[in-house]
Amino acid sequence: MASGILIYAEVTKSGYIHPVFFTLAAKAQELSAKLGGAEVSALIITSPGKTEFFKEGFEKCGFDKVYAVEDLRLAQYNTELYAKAAVDIIKEIQSEIFLIGATTQGRDLAPRISSSIPTGLTADCIELDINDKGQLAATRPTFGGKLMATILCKKYPQMATVRPGVFKPLEQDVVKNTEIIYKTPDLNITPKVELLEFIKGVEEEINDLDSAEIIVAGGKGMKNSDGFKLLKEFAKVLGGAVGASRGAVDMGLADHSIQIGQTGKTVSPKLYIACGISGAIQHIVGMDASKRIIAINIDENAPIFDVADIGYVGDAFEVIPEIIDKLSRK
Amino acid sequence: MKILVCIKQVPDTTDIKWTENNTIQREGVESIINPYDVYALETALKLKKSTGAEITVLTMGPEQAKDILRKALAIGCDNAVLLSDKKFAGADTYSTGKTIAAAIKSKLSDFDLIICGQFAIDGDTAQTGPTIANKLDIPQVTYVKAVTECSEQHLTVKREIEEGTEILKVHLPALICVLKGFEEPTRPLINGIIKAQDAEITVYSHEDIGLQPDETGLRGSPTYVSRAFRPESKGQCVFVKSSDEICEKLKEFDIING
Repeated sequence: MASGILIYAEVTKSGYIHPVFFTLAAKAQELSAKLGGAEVSALIITSPGKTEFFKEGFEKCGFDKVYAVEDLRLAQYNTELYAKAAVDIIKEIQSEIFLIGATTQGRDLAPRISSSIPTGLTADCIELDINDKGQLAATRPTFGGKLMATILCKKYPQMATVRPGVFKPLEQDVVKNTEIIYKTPDLNITPKVELLEFIKGVEEEINDLDSAEIIVAGGKGMKNSDGFKLLKEFAKVLGGAVGASRGAVDMGLADHSIQIGQTGKTVSPKLYIACGISGAIQHIVGMDASKRIIAINIDENAPIFDVADIGYVGDAFEVIPEIIDKLSRK
Repeated sequence: MKILVCIKQVPDTTDIKWTENNTIQREGVESIINPYDVYALETALKLKKSTGAEITVLTMGPEQAKDILRKALAIGCDNAVLLSDKKFAGADTYSTGKTIAAAIKSKLSDFDLIICGQFAIDGDTAQTGPTIANKLDIPQVTYVKAVTECSEQHLTVKREIEEGTEILKVHLPALICVLKGFEEPTRPLINGIIKAQDAEITVYSHEDIGLQPDETGLRGSPTYVSRAFRPESKGQCVFVKSSDEICEKLKEFDIING
C-alpha cells in the first residue's frame, strides 16, 4: 500500500535548493495532517557530499526522511540520468503523493518519471488538497487561466508539478530529526544529451521576483529604457520587484531573466501591477495566480483587463509618476 | 533526414466564451494550430531547406483536425497522419503520449527527429512531448529556442531555462520541444494550398497502431477531471480614473499605509 508524501528537492545550477521546494515542504505538512500524519520525505539528486550540506534546511522543514542519490555523473541536470535515478527510488519507496516544482527542470523531468512508472501527472497546479476519499485533489488553470480544473489520479504515486510562488514557505520551523538515506540506483546508461556550454542570466533579479510580494511589470507599452527606469522607481517606492512581458524582452527593454509568462517565470505575488502589458495569454498564465492585479493600459480593450481587479485606462508614462509622487510625499 | 512534427488543434483561447452553466463554449470557437506548434513546423521547414529533410506532420483528434494537417501541408510538409478514433477521446497527457508513441513505433518508426511545441495554449501542460520521448526510449530536449547545427548523427540546440541558456548536443534519434520564435510564420502559397486540398491524409485507429481499447483515451488515462469551474474574481475589473484612486486601492490592499 502506497503511503507518505515525497517532495523533489531541485538543486539549481547555482547549487542551492530551488525556493519552490520550501513552499512544497510547507504544503506537505498540511497534506500530511489531512492524511492522519503521513510521512513526509524529500528526494534529492545531486553530486557527492551535497545532501549533508542541506541537512539543516530539511530538518527545519519537518522532513522525516531524505532519499539522496549522490554521484559525480549527477553534478549537472540530465533528463535521462535524473529520471532513471528518480524512477528507481519511487518504485522502491511507494509514496502516495509525489510533488515537483513546475520549474523548467521540474517540467522537463516530471513527465519522464510519471510515464515510466506509469502514473498520472497534473501539471502546473495552484492548489492542492486531500478530498474526502483521501485522494490528492490538484487544481490547475487551463485555457490561459480562464477555466480551473480539479484533477484526481487513479494510480500511485499521485504526481503533480506545482507553480513556484503559489504556496508560502513555513512561517515557523517544524523541526524534525531528519534521516538521510543514501541510495545507489543503477546509472549505467550513456546519456544522449550533452551540455556543451551554459550562459548564465542575471541572477540577482531572478531571486527578487521569486520572493517579491509586489511586482511591477512592464510590456511593450513601456516603449523604451526610460519606461523601465520609471517602473524600477515605481517598484522601489512600493518595495517590490520589476518584471517584464515577452514583448518587452523581445524589444530589448528588459533581460530575459525577469520575463514573466509561459516561457519565463511564473509568479503569484500579493500585488501585480501590469503596465503597458496587453495581456497575451502567454503572459497571463505566468501571473494570473497573483492575489491582486492592477492593470494600466492605454487600450481599454486590452485582454489584461479581463484578469485585473483594478483597471486604469490611460498613459502609464503620465499616471505612474503621479503615483510615485503621491507615495513619496507620505 | 526524416522529421516528424506533432501538432495540436486548439481553440483560439483569446476568444473564450462562456455558456450559461459556466462551462467553456466550444461550438463556434475558431480552431487554430497551437501557436507553439507553428514554430515546431517552422523549425522543421528550416531543416528541410538546409538538409532536404522529409517532413511528416501528425496529430490526434476528430476528423476535422484534418484542417490543421492541410495547413501544414500547404506550407511545405510532405506527409500527414491523423490518429482518429472515438476510443482516443478524453485522453490525458499520458494516454495521448502513449497513443502517439504507439503510432510512431508501429507506422512511422523510420525517423531521425520528432519536433513538438513546448506547450499547448489550451492545456498548457508541456507533458505530451516528454511522454512520447520516454515511451519511444529516445532523449528529449525541452525549451528549445533554436537549432544551431544539424548533422546525420546529432543536433546542437539552444535551450532557454530559468537560469540562463544551455547549449546542448543531442544524439539522434531524439525529440525536441520548441519555444516560439521571433520570425513571422511561413505563409502558404496558392500552389501549396491547392496541393494540400487534394493531398491524401493517412488515418489510423487504435487497432491500426496495435492498442487495446482500454489502453487509450479516457480509459487509458490515469488522471481525470473531477471538477471544472470558472475562477473567482476574474472578469470583474473595477475601472478607476485617477492616480488618487489607484493610491486609494493600494491602501485598501494593504500595500501602503493610510
